[in-house]
Amino acid sequence: MTNRTGWKPGMAKGSDAPAPGADVGAGGATRGIAYEERLLFEHASAGARTGVSLPPAGSDFDPAKELPSAMLRGEIAGLPALGELEVVRHFTRLSAWNHGIDTGFYPLGSCTMKYNPKSSEALARLPGFADAHPLLPAELCQGSLELMYQLERALSEISGFAATTLAPAAGAHGELTGVMMIRAWHVARGDARKKVLVPDTAHGTNPATCALNGYEVVQLASGPDGRLHPETVRAAMGEDVAAIMITNPNTLGIFESHIAEIAEIVHARGGLVYGDGANLNALLGVARPGDMGFDVMQFNLHKTFATPHGGGGPGSGPVAVAQKLVPFLPLPVVVKESERYRLVDDGKERPQTIGKLREFHGNFGMFVRALALIREYGPEGLKATGQLAVLNANYIRAGLKDVYHLPYDTDSLHEVVFTDKALKATGVTTMDVAKRLVDHGFHPPTVYFPLVVHGALMIEPTETESKETLDQFIEGMRAIADQARVDPEGLKSSPQKPVRARLDEVRAARKPVLRWRPGMKVE
Amino acid sequence: MRYHPHTSEEIQEMLAAAGARSLDDLFRSIPEPLRLRRLLDVPPALDEIALFAEMRRLAARNQTEHPPFVGAGAYPHHVPPVVDQLLLRGEFFTAYTPYQPEVSQGTLQALFEWQTYVCLLTGLDVANASMYDGATAMAEAALMAARLTDRKKMVVSAAVHPEYLRVLRTYLASTHDEIVTVPYGRDGRTDLGALSRAVDDRTAAVIVGYPNFFGVVDAVEEASALARKVGALSVAVTNEAVALGLFKGPGELGADVAVGSFQSFGNTLNFGGPAPGFFATRDANVRQMPGRLCGATVDKHGRRGFVLTLSTREQHIRRERATSNICTNAGLCALAATIHLALLGRKGLAELARLNYARGRLLREAMSRAGFRPCFSGPSFNETAFDVGDAEAVVTRLARRGLAAGAPLARWYPDDAGMKGALLCVATEVHTPELIEMFAQAVRGRA
Repeated sequence: MTNRTGWKPGMAKGSDAPAPGADVGAGGATRGIAYEERLLFEHASAGARTGVSLPPAGSDFDPAKELPSAMLRGEIAGLPALGELEVVRHFTRLSAWNHGIDTGFYPLGSCTMKYNPKSSEALARLPGFADAHPLLPAELCQGSLELMYQLERALSEISGFAATTLAPAAGAHGELTGVMMIRAWHVARGDARKKVLVPDTAHGTNPATCALNGYEVVQLASGPDGRLHPETVRAAMGEDVAAIMITNPNTLGIFESHIAEIAEIVHARGGLVYGDGANLNALLGVARPGDMGFDVMQFNLHKTFATPHGGGGPGSGPVAVAQKLVPFLPLPVVVKESERYRLVDDGKERPQTIGKLREFHGNFGMFVRALALIREYGPEGLKATGQLAVLNANYIRAGLKDVYHLPYDTDSLHEVVFTDKALKATGVTTMDVAKRLVDHGFHPPTVYFPLVVHGALMIEPTETESKETLDQFIEGMRAIADQARVDPEGLKSSPQKPVRARLDEVRAARKPVLRWRPGMKVE
Repeated sequence: MRYHPHTSEEIQEMLAAAGARSLDDLFRSIPEPLRLRRLLDVPPALDEIALFAEMRRLAARNQTEHPPFVGAGAYPHHVPPVVDQLLLRGEFFTAYTPYQPEVSQGTLQALFEWQTYVCLLTGLDVANASMYDGATAMAEAALMAARLTDRKKMVVSAAVHPEYLRVLRTYLASTHDEIVTVPYGRDGRTDLGALSRAVDDRTAAVIVGYPNFFGVVDAVEEASALARKVGALSVAVTNEAVALGLFKGPGELGADVAVGSFQSFGNTLNFGGPAPGFFATRDANVRQMPGRLCGATVDKHGRRGFVLTLSTREQHIRRERATSNICTNAGLCALAATIHLALLGRKGLAELARLNYARGRLLREAMSRAGFRPCFSGPSFNETAFDVGDAEAVVTRLARRGLAAGAPLARWYPDDAGMKGALLCVATEVHTPELIEMFAQAVRGRA
């Protein structure tokens, strides 16, 4: 492994005071300069200080004379008053307390934390895109409409479906859209059904989405190989089952290789097959859900197509459907008529539509970024994405399987799930491993999920990480396993390097403090 | 491929380590018939220069050189460059939901600040970490009201944003909740007589706009009193949040829930998305709220820090018994709004609101000089519907000059003959007095 800066990982054990320059994690983490920064509201609030430059409103009128004074408020007490530099410094300091993909490796399983191209950010900010009002007359927004049309076509091809709606705002919103379409399809056939089958490895959004649609959730157990088996589905499938929701590859990173047979079983009894596309990255250019028996699937553009995760959104959750569900797609739909593009937004043109899912046309800013990535990759780049994502996960698996317990020996695709079982004798848990990774300079993997795996550590490296980074991560994980044996207590006191040590989550829930109030004290 | 860092030697080395003969071999768990045996049929790869040329071609097919005179739920405002430059710090925009609080204190503290801003502006106790947008926030408010009251009837003013109402209908299609709409009067406010007749002991929520879709400041106080009398929740819906810098917070007027969009703070139009939806309510309802909540706590050394909390409401813990299925929300958009609000400050927010009121006033004066009267007599903020004769014809005519004239209300109210000429127009701080005058003359056909 090359080491251009000359540092050698040499982590301080536990609470030892490290020698200067000695405390360097496998991912390069040291104690940098970090500033304490109070809340905005704890800065001065008096005075006329402001960080904006606005034209004068004029003094020839007084709202209080023109409007009922009972409706008006004065300046809002509690709002801070800061200058521009103070605001810049405040948020710059806060940003330094975060670990992002730009900071370091972020193997958060099932979240597909790949690099977010800077090009895409620049393109989404082109004034023609950023300043376009959603209700522009069609002749003034042909560019936006053409872009949406191109993205819709590309996503339909990539997933192997007939058509795609871009409207949903995030993955879970896409799930909601997909299950609404399933419901509408059944209702249109005069066959309203009651249940949806969901495997036990599913994301929590799947059962929550079913409940929002008024469906009863039937949980299916996955087999000893981590897969859903046809006989399990056959036993649960009945005339009252509307659909099955399957994530493929599933949250164990395992391909549901019986998918075609499962789809046949469900279809034979009048059900539909929903695909949760959260893990689509593994299949890009390699296989298509639309070719496997799925009837509908949501994308997560913030996962597969590298639109930024933004600290929790915005996402974008387009939904692709097979031909039979096309009439039920939500509005609006972009259509191309000779060389002109138009939004169909009136239910009269689409009488079976499930309706509108949000106020306008979807998270357009994310469409620009996703299409930019698809255009830069082209067919070969998309295929390489799926292949390299899977290669990286398998490389990590190979590098760690002798020190961490692998609950399923089945082939991994884009992510691999380990557990803390091999560390059991030391008393070190998955949470300790996660927190110690922070001291090494890595974001922890997804922990304690999927729920079917006790003490799960779910690692998804993505294709944008270099071998050098993966080697460092493997080294860090191995160092933690070693430390668990010789210094479990030191490991439990991690993380030591961030601005805060382990936080008391029980207290946060027991005595909720959910906003600042004057005189607020949390101690 | 610049985002794929491996050399071919490294790939071979890694394949050997993983015990695979080839990249294809890694996919042996996918049955042969399910694999794609061709390349995807998408356009060929572009280098960065060609990519920028193509995307610029698309962007240039939009005409956005003049600020639009249409609001209707998405408002053209000036976004100080500070907002974007801070958003572009990769530590913010390349992080995800702060599941690991020790390495996410930046996002968490900013969310706590966002929640506080939403509370201060709405006059309510508690706000969540954001929603997808205003329309879905309103639908979630209705669902929360149904849970809290165990009732199924939603009484909604017809002057609430009609796209929000469409989304509510979609959301409630499977739950069999009932939606009753209440007409508006000539003042553009909800008809209070009709509202009091519609509200009864089966009512879960009473929903009005504030300001409403017509830009009119609606009767939240009266609607809230009616709701309270029958044990229903009062929900105020705000599309143009700058108005909250001039008008009382809905919570001060008795609303139990305030929802809507904070797009007006720090977020460009983006053809309608993304934008930060907000959701605020009273303390008593906190355990039935949808979405993420950030809370303050201490670390093991007693130092204040922040975490996501009350997660037992949420899908990743509660699964089918969660209060909502929402997971990812609009975090970065909420951060943009928070930064803009921090820049504005106490006085700046009041000034921006007063300025928007002033520009709305100028627009009314200019339109009046051009011979157009407001459709509604109620008090408005920066948005007003004018009777321009044939609103669609005006939109088409001004589009030829690259101007977005406004939203013809007949699109949403086809059954109201009085709406045929109604054109909903907005003027904010980005519309100079000269531009406003030019616009009014252009609507008249004189400029």
